[in-house]
Amino acid sequence: MAILIYAESENGKYKKDSFEIASYARVAADKLNTSVTAVSINADDPNELGNYGVDKVLHISNDSLKNFNAVIYADIIKQAFESESSNLAILSSSSNAKYLGSLLSVKINAGYITNVIEIPKEFDPLTVKRNSFTNKAFEYAKINSKNRQLAISKNSHGVIENKTSIQIETFEVTLASSEINVKSTEKASNKVTIADAEIVVSGGRGLKGPENWGMIEELADVLGAATACSKPVSDLGWRPHSEHVGQTGKLVSSNLYIAIGISGAIQHLAGINSSKVKVVINNDPDAPFFKAADYGIVGDAFEVVPKLIEGLKTFKSQNT
Amino acid sequence: MSTKFYPLNIMKILVCISHVPDTTSKINFIENNSKFDEKGVQFVINPNDEFGLTRAMWFKEKQGASVDVINVGLADTEPTLRKALAIGADKAIRINSDPKNGLNVAKQIAHIVSSESYDLVIGGRESIDYNGGMVPGMIAGLINYNFVDKCISLEINNDSITAAREIEGGKEIIESKLPLVVAGQKGLVKESDLRIPNMRGIMMARRKELQVINAIDEDNSTCTVSFEKPKPKEEITLVSSDNVGELINLLHNEAKAI
Ligand SMILES: Cc1cc2nc3c(=O)[nH]c(=O)nc-3n(C[C@H](O)[C@H](O)[C@H](O)COP(=O)(O)OP(=O)(O)OC[C@H]3O[C@@H](n4cnc5c(N)ncnc54)[C@H](O)[C@@H]3O)c2cc1C
Ligand SMILES: Nc1ncnc2c1ncn2[C@@H]1O[C@H](COP(=O)(O)O)[C@@H](O)[C@H]1O
Repeated sequence: MAILIYAESENGKYKKDSFEIASYARVAADKLNTSVTAVSINADDPNELGNYGVDKVLHISNDSLKNFNAVIYADIIKQAFESESSNLAILSSSSNAKYLGSLLSVKINAGYITNVIEIPKEFDPLTVKRNSFTNKAFEYAKINSKNRQLAISKNSHGVIENKTSIQIETFEVTLASSEINVKSTEKASNKVTIADAEIVVSGGRGLKGPENWGMIEELADVLGAATACSKPVSDLGWRPHSEHVGQTGKLVSSNLYIAIGISGAIQHLAGINSSKVKVVINNDPDAPFFKAADYGIVGDAFEVVPKLIEGLKTFKSQNT
Repeated sequence: MSTKFYPLNIMKILVCISHVPDTTSKINFIENNSKFDEKGVQFVINPNDEFGLTRAMWFKEKQGASVDVINVGLADTEPTLRKALAIGADKAIRINSDPKNGLNVAKQIAHIVSSESYDLVIGGRESIDYNGGMVPGMIAGLINYNFVDKCISLEINNDSITAAREIEGGKEIIESKLPLVVAGQKGLVKESDLRIPNMRGIMMARRKELQVINAIDEDNSTCTVSFEKPKPKEEITLVSSDNVGELINLLHNEAKAI
């Protein structure tokens, strides 16, 4: 009856999300007096999961699984779920995990709850808090079926170290067939993505034009942050659409969100409500963002941001 | 996978429409926080579904296809379905059921998709109210259709499809075959291509068929216990623009965010 997690890796390296759901599953397993098993596909070092509370890894190494395929991967997780006689599967909220998650829930006949932000309040029946209404409300949702599946929101639990004596088992799987073929992948390399970033620096129409994004990028650089923007900024073509944050764009659940020259319209805020700490820099003290943020500076971005960059450089040189 | 007669027949498209509060709506709950308060709320086609519907209209006009829309809901969702008809869908189907959860919705829709042999089912990445992000994938899983999540472009040539899927930091180009389910989102069409129903569309929509079907089994695998609104936020801490050092200090020592 182990809890099963899918520990996602990319080019052999575990994603941070995997450590976060491992940490989450550990807490749940302790409450249920059970263990945590991870299913892991083509990861270089499955032992790493033992730093975050995983007891056992079903390790799969198979060249034909090099490219992610939601159908085939979901079927593998199903095989692991059955072989562990599990009744609780835990996934992250990465693109791939969400893609395979809905397929998996049907395969294992599990009641499925996404956007989970806490450890279940109860396990019998499982009742858990989740984000809903695009972060404008929370829902307590209950699973009535025997098999259960959760997708945990990014950065909601955090990565918690917890050393276990881990056991690695080679797991033999049969591969399902799928008519989905990945032809190519286009990925901006070495840039922190909005989804994975701890810190996001975001600019709005207050920045006047694309030529002024140098300081936004520099600020992001100093902080190791991803860059984002409001909708009009991407609509105007100042920034790529992939950076657009909000109700109709990306959802951000970073630890820190810094909004510069963004008014704080409700549709923008909907996309960032689940970020932990919010900072606003805006020259209009009545901008709605000041009601939504934790820290703020009323001032001209063109003066404040360069000062902030200088200050952070000094801070970093003293604190690393 | 079932054999298809396409392209002998024209492609049959079904667009899933979820009926959601407009993005500016105030979110409140009633009946002991167990139900969304619909009073004074304007309902719209879920934005992710609107992108899908617009792409479906393109296939209809440029390549020849029939486009039906479907909603699982009670009679109050009919104006939203009529709007989809006014935008140009041929027929609307409402499955008369108050949806309890994503699987419930998926089972109802999957049943229609397989009995009516739709070639392409377009839903949205997620509904902006319950944010399940699961219905389209579940439909595909239930009836073994191919599935592309977070779809940001879709081309169809006979029964071959080329789609792009958004991934962290980029996109993936996928080739596959009909029958297919996609979960669409922004990017699937240009926003400037979204259509506001015109008078003629609205008049025509009145005469189009809106079929009401009884629900099949009611799935009860998950349900809502209650809703909760976020706690009112604490007052913002303002820092003078002459003292950014103080902001850095607060972010480091108080918020522990850097
Ligand atoms: C259906 C729908 C969906 C939407 N979805 C989204 C969404 O997903 N994401 C989104 O962002 N928006 C969305 N919007 C748009 C949203 O309503 C706002 O129009 C938008 O967020 C405003 O962007 P902005 O804050 O960059 O620009 P503005 O509203 O123009 O605000 C610019 C801000 O910059 C400040 N400013 C100006 N000069 C300076 C300076 N020198 N220094 C500092 N500050 C300065 C101004 O005081 C102002 O507050 C949506 C709208 C609709 C109707
Ligand atoms: N009640 C419903 N009726 C029809 N389609 C729905 C319904 N609920 C969800 N969908 C479809 O499934 C998508 C994802 O919804 P969800 O899984 O609820 O986030 C939506 O964008 C719709 O396309």
